Amino acid sequence: MSITKDNVLHVAGLARLDLSQEEVARYEVELNDVLEFMEKLNELDTQGVEPTTHVLDISNVFRQDIVEASSDVEEILANAPDREDDYFKVPSIL
Amino acid sequence: MNKGYEAVIGLEVHVELKTKTKIFCSCTTEFGGSPNTHVCPVCLGLPGVLPVINEKVVEFGVRTGLALNAKVPNYSKFDRKNYYYPDLTKNFQTSQFDLPICEHGFLDIEVDGIVKRIGITRAHMEEDAGKLVHSGKTISSSYSSNVDYNRVGVPLLEIVSDPDLRSSEEAKEYVDSLRRILTYIDISDCKMEEGSIRADANVSVRKIGASEFGIRTETKNLNSLKALQKAIEYEIERQIEVLEDGGVIEQETRTWDDEQGITLAMRSKADAHDYRYFPEPDLPPIILSDEYIEEVRASLPELPESRKKRLIEADGLSDYDANLIIADRHLADYYDQVRKEISDGKLIVNYLMGDYYRELGEAGLSFVTSPVKPEAFIELLQLILDKTISGKIAKEIIPIMIKEVKSPKSIVEEKGLVQISDSSELEGMILEVISNNPKAVEDYRAGKGNSIGFLVGQVMKASKGKANPALVNELLKKHLC
Amino acid sequence: MSKIREINTKLNSKEISAVELTTIYLDNLEKTSSIIGSYISTTKKEALAKAKMVDAQIAKGEEIGLLAGVPMGIKDNISTTGIETTCGSKILAGYKPIYNATVVERLYAAGGIILGKCNMDEFAMGSSNENSAYGIVKNPWDLTRVPGGSSGGSAATVAAREVVFSLGSDTGGSIRQPAGFCGVVGMKPTYGRVSRYGLIAYASSLDQIGPMANSVEDCAIVHDIISGYDRLDSTSANMKATSTLAALTKDIKGLKIGIPKEYFQGDEKVLATIRKALAKYEELGAIVEETSLPNTEYALAAYYIIASAEASSNLARFDGVRYGARDGSKKDVTEMMSGTRDKFFGQEVKKRIMIGTYALSSGYYDAYYLKALKARTILKRDFDQAFAKYDVLITPIAPTLPFKLGENIKDSITMYLGDICTVTINLVGIPGITIPCGFADGLPVGMQILGKPFSEELLFNVAHSFEQNTNYNSFKPEVAINE
Ligand SMILES: [Mg+2]
Ligand SMILES: [Zn+2]
Repeated sequence: MSITKDNVLHVAGLARLDLSQEEVARYEVELNDVLEFMEKLNELDTQGVEPTTHVLDISNVFRQDIVEASSDVEEILANAPDREDDYFKVPSIL
Repeated sequence: MNKGYEAVIGLEVHVELKTKTKIFCSCTTEFGGSPNTHVCPVCLGLPGVLPVINEKVVEFGVRTGLALNAKVPNYSKFDRKNYYYPDLTKNFQTSQFDLPICEHGFLDIEVDGIVKRIGITRAHMEEDAGKLVHSGKTISSSYSSNVDYNRVGVPLLEIVSDPDLRSSEEAKEYVDSLRRILTYIDISDCKMEEGSIRADANVSVRKIGASEFGIRTETKNLNSLKALQKAIEYEIERQIEVLEDGGVIEQETRTWDDEQGITLAMRSKADAHDYRYFPEPDLPPIILSDEYIEEVRASLPELPESRKKRLIEADGLSDYDANLIIADRHLADYYDQVRKEISDGKLIVNYLMGDYYRELGEAGLSFVTSPVKPEAFIELLQLILDKTISGKIAKEIIPIMIKEVKSPKSIVEEKGLVQISDSSELEGMILEVISNNPKAVEDYRAGKGNSIGFLVGQVMKASKGKANPALVNELLKKHLC
Repeated sequence: MSKIREINTKLNSKEISAVELTTIYLDNLEKTSSIIGSYISTTKKEALAKAKMVDAQIAKGEEIGLLAGVPMGIKDNISTTGIETTCGSKILAGYKPIYNATVVERLYAAGGIILGKCNMDEFAMGSSNENSAYGIVKNPWDLTRVPGGSSGGSAATVAAREVVFSLGSDTGGSIRQPAGFCGVVGMKPTYGRVSRYGLIAYASSLDQIGPMANSVEDCAIVHDIISGYDRLDSTSANMKATSTLAALTKDIKGLKIGIPKEYFQGDEKVLATIRKALAKYEELGAIVEETSLPNTEYALAAYYIIASAEASSNLARFDGVRYGARDGSKKDVTEMMSGTRDKFFGQEVKKRIMIGTYALSSGYYDAYYLKALKARTILKRDFDQAFAKYDVLITPIAPTLPFKLGENIKDSITMYLGDICTVTINLVGIPGITIPCGFADGLPVGMQILGKPFSEELLFNVAHSFEQNTNYNSFKPEVAINE
């Protein structure tokens, strides 16, 4: 598998990265290098092997349905880059 | 109209679960609340926070699965569905992908007296998103948007049907039946107006007899049953028209514009369907034992379809009456409680759905908010059955029961409304009525049998409704022959 | 005064006050950290306020805990209420958390005093601390060399005696490798041993917080305070608290040490130093044997796929909407997000987001992500087999000595290969400790000791017995002022 410029642009779109042209060119090379390095895994026979998503063998970690206080709205908005009244404000959705 | 086409419809219904707290944090799920006040670091997705599953959400998922005749697997897990939108706080939705809480169920619906089985593909647990408030009139004319994250993390169950529905009526019936079951098992309020149940419709059309499915569209934003029906009808017609004109259907997401009564294509992003699902590393899997699943099954109430059958077969109710009673879980439970003491189902329905229902409406109450406990209702019907009061008195008592929250017996005693069933007490009134109404007496004796009704009425009036009408009838006949 | 017990004794005997001690440390930190680059922010005011509280406790005659009044540094990806937490990234410039990480809560409760937030590779991605938006960190032993990463600031500040201990985070070696490069003790607990709540995630299934200090005992003290079940972290192990401190008995007679041959490749000077340390263990009564972890060669690829995939999702939330930096020049929300992320993420972060996004994208999931998860299972089996025969495994912490600043930064693959000794440990979730075991060319060499899950007591004891019978941790770099 080799990565083309279009692949880079597509992935950058998925990842919401507005890459510059130089970045696109650079990542085309670097991603190919890294992915080639990762091809190593193909040598490994994984037939019949279960994937490990959690190394710790635990399950059913639940919380009781009991209300606790929410945060103060001023605290919630304290780090907001922009706000309007008690809302987070963002540019328009086109 | 259909030009030889048939519609193929599948529904994705999102149901807000009736838990006290959100799915992964302890914030309240209460509806409303001023913006960003039902939010904490966890649901705001602040850097470093971690989710913890609300056990009630799992229980509700299992309840739903069992009520929908689905398999509840022993192993289930959460996954991340990755996409960017400002109403999400993490830019992924924690949902379930390949191992949902339940799969392979069904739901029977009835359209025009015919029962049809609709497959349920799956139901999975996930979190709701926040709310965008646009500054302009429409999304596209806004220069900015405001975000309120109060709804972020409210638990949802997404219930996906098989593409078994063939018309907008079937779709409506499906949602209706689903809603009824979900309120029966008490996992959601299912209030469409508050968005606690929302449907997306996958619609395609194909020539009748074709075995392949056509290309489908997904219509979102259907927040009433009417909108659901209208949007499906619109989509069917639109697709048939496109095909008849030699065009092809675009596989796309559309939105229902209620004002214009049409569906519109949403700006489709190339990445819209690449959600890069992967197992949620922050949440260990859910492993449910068979014992637990059976425990939940045992706790389920009798479901509407089986209740209806019982009301018809055991209680002798008509299909119509049975439908009235099962339409609402609270009403059906109320009926059942009364039915424990009163064997005449028809009598219960008559009083429940007649005067009582009307008076509740006038008092601005419903079966749920009514102060009249089943015990009081049983007492009322017993008074009628043992002839302590007449039907007419019962009608007088019902509004007092509602307004003053008193037992029927105490009302009867207080107001002296006990039915007079003692013939010696009635004799005087009867003789007086006979002597005051010679014309009617004459008519009766001349063979006009129904003039006795007038005379009974006069006696009832004289007794202020307290006389036992059957006894009056009997006594009158004796005196007149 | 750079050990916890020593400080505790002096505070209790009122030989020195907590405020005096804090002031000395703050003054020295100011001088050396400007040379080393170990801090992103310092918290003088808060530190002195906390120190006063400790003094008040002492004045009242209250018994103070071991950590009370002890100066510490916290890696800048661990959330601290009201104290800027940047993850070494411009995208979080000015971000002040509204909650404390569980580990910070526990350290505060024990009376620990935060002097500042340690520099790090941006979002913990890097092995040289050259990827910070707030400047590089230099190795205190040789200012032309890297301190290792990503917890480079946390390691360097301990080595330079700017604090008594620090917290780092370890996703693929980020505590152990810089500890090794800086000649300090660094410990990555078993996955699930220490709460991750408040640790800004890089790769959730690999991340663990752990202590760094100048002695095994100090690491054990800190470990015992920060570890244990936390209801806010669903992956936290719900088990009885352990006292690794109480387990430091020094006795290791009959201990079986496995030496996985796959880890003994690299700089001969490093390997010779490790072999000498192993001889010391034999001298102390341990049995040392060569063994094999045959699938080691697949670990790096599996690690970089899993870590990057999880990171691509974990870092999605940095979009300029709720906190952190925003590209204010954009009129559309999608453009704003893409602009913000491109402008304020550094190159290594963007590269890993790209790799991870690609590895999870439709059509590639099975070939990359799923394959890597299966490799993880196979790697776990390697360790299960090894631990069936050996109590611990010992390896170098890196195949090389600390390299020159700028030497590897242009070449990702070389940089990634440097992580060969550390990443597998995160993939399989086991604990690992690095201790200084000698010097080569005047640079510290780190030895890594590995144990089975939840064997922290044993690991600390094995490390401690070596430390007690050698003197490598008594050396300090020239730049250090405190003692
Ligand atoms: Mg969904
Ligand atoms: Zn919350």
